[in-house]
Amino acid sequence: MSVAMDTESTYSGYSHYSGHSKKAHRQGRDRHKSPRSKDGSRSEKSVTIQTPPAEPLLGNDASRTEEGQDDNWGETTTAITGTSEHSISQEDIARISKDLEDSVGLDCKRYLGLTVAAVLGLLVFLTPIAFILLPQILWRDDLEPCGTVCEGLFISVAFKLLILLIGTWALFFRQPKADIPRVFVFRALLLVLIFLFVFSYWLFYGVRILDSKDTNYQGIVQYAVSLVDALLFIHYLAIVLLELRQLQPMFAVKVVRSTDGESRYYSLGHLSIQRAALVVLENYYKDFTVYNPALLTASKSRAAKHMAGLKVYNVDGPGNNASGQSRAMIAAAARRRDSSHNELYYEEADHERRVKKRRARLVVAVEEAFTHIKRLQAEEQQKAPGEMMDPREAAQAIFPSMARALQKYLRTTRQQQYHSMESILQHLSFCITNNMTPKAFLERYLNPGPTLQYDRDRWFSKQWTLVSEEAVTSGLQDGIVFVLKCLDFSLVVNVKKIPFIKLSEEFIDPKSHKFVLRLQSETSV
Amino acid sequence: SYFIFFSFQQRIEIHKLRQGDNLILGFSIGGGIDQDPTQNPFSEDKTDKGIYVTRVTEGGPAEVAGLQIGDKIMQVNGWDMTMVTHDQARKRLTKRNEEVVRLLVTRQSLQKAVQQSMMS
Repeated sequence: MSVAMDTESTYSGYSHYSGHSKKAHRQGRDRHKSPRSKDGSRSEKSVTIQTPPAEPLLGNDASRTEEGQDDNWGETTTAITGTSEHSISQEDIARISKDLEDSVGLDCKRYLGLTVAAVLGLLVFLTPIAFILLPQILWRDDLEPCGTVCEGLFISVAFKLLILLIGTWALFFRQPKADIPRVFVFRALLLVLIFLFVFSYWLFYGVRILDSKDTNYQGIVQYAVSLVDALLFIHYLAIVLLELRQLQPMFAVKVVRSTDGESRYYSLGHLSIQRAALVVLENYYKDFTVYNPALLTASKSRAAKHMAGLKVYNVDGPGNNASGQSRAMIAAAARRRDSSHNELYYEEADHERRVKKRRARLVVAVEEAFTHIKRLQAEEQQKAPGEMMDPREAAQAIFPSMARALQKYLRTTRQQQYHSMESILQHLSFCITNNMTPKAFLERYLNPGPTLQYDRDRWFSKQWTLVSEEAVTSGLQDGIVFVLKCLDFSLVVNVKKIPFIKLSEEFIDPKSHKFVLRLQSETSV
Repeated sequence: SYFIFFSFQQRIEIHKLRQGDNLILGFSIGGGIDQDPTQNPFSEDKTDKGIYVTRVTEGGPAEVAGLQIGDKIMQVNGWDMTMVTHDQARKRLTKRNEEVVRLLVTRQSLQKAVQQSMMS
């Protein structure tokens, strides 16, 4: 753990402490040493279950227990049991198994926010109507009669309110696709602005009109119209702040997966870190190939061999000369004739050849199977014209002929746990229904696809934690790095600013900027 | 009557004149494969990228030898001049160690129809 502690932004449990963030995060540093009761109490208050906090599960404890026990590392690391510092209570187990979407439930904080906004919105919407109706109700007899101009203003108020209603519905009443811990800064700002605005209008109205029982009805109606106009402008401000400002791309973020180095670049506008994290995650599911732990075993075994290669014995007595030991190890490793690169090369070449062979067999088998279907279809047409063959039956008929080749291929490319027989049969009947070619059918199996393509149980990546040094509501800036951790791997996100491009204008004679021969020149000889 | 263009070749021998440190021939050339052939006022075919005589100084060695404005230089001392750049042409004409250059030029001539003269 580095001394400069990262701000672990786990979910709403800490957002209650947003005002005392520093204190909370310093507590967070000692979190793994503090008693479990703290987390137990948090579970009572915690409201966002969307992704539970990154409590290290049983498997991850090894990394934590190493601290402070370096000298006994070889002897005391045994099988991790539940009796380590991070014993997990019953409710945590229930919480951990919750998925991304199951958490759209009874979230007090979210509902609170929503109700406040809804009440405020309703109030704001009814205010102009109230302004117009109150004088009519309260002192109808004293009012000046409403002339044509005044009635025209009624129409304008009605339509502007309608436009405002539609605009608000379009902008704000959308299904939230994600829940984030800290509050949206701009939204809160806008709510406060609207509240102050309407409050001041009511104040003025109450003092100058209600108290004094103003008889100039046209003036009152105009006052209500001005309120509606101002609300429309606030709506415009909301659009600009919440939507438009983020559209123009300002940053290029690079997302790298920690386990296999797969990386992508995305363009983002002026977003807060938490919203940028959301965008990255949304794109992760459709852009990155699915995380396959089986593919990492080769590099892990190589790493294990390197580690096991050299053992250092301290002959000069008990002195914890760690740096001296590591230097000795590095020097010895450099001198050793290591042929692991050779092994790697031949292993990879061999693997590639095997994959290609199996792939060829698979493609041939599937093509034969599909032509068999065509023959079957033709026969069926002859026997019973007009009757379509059931795709499911057809799929089941040809599946055995290519099952073996497919299974062997999937085993070689280590994808076999992502496809069950049922899913293959379903996909096959789907392809037959839609008249796809064998290649289209195989597209799903030949190369690993994005995570969304597979069954939810195989995702390995449903619960995420955002770890960042800056506060998560602060905006993106050049050079920011934050990490999105899930249980098995993490996505390291690096933010870079798109360079400022300066295009300048220069007048060039049209004849000279094209590649034409030089004008006729004359030389005296 | 009508006009006939025809061209004939002529061999011209020019003796260079020494002026100070230079040997001059007394004419100017234009054209070359790196030049714009459409600007050539003397060529009949506007895609012709050959070397043409654009000016002949009065009383100079070229005029004395019979070179005329508008001549197309085909060879200089045996070197082909139909597919050279402007600068290469200049170099071939201004070699320091040559006092005499023998040019093969093509000249276009305008003649009234021979028929008319025959009929009249």
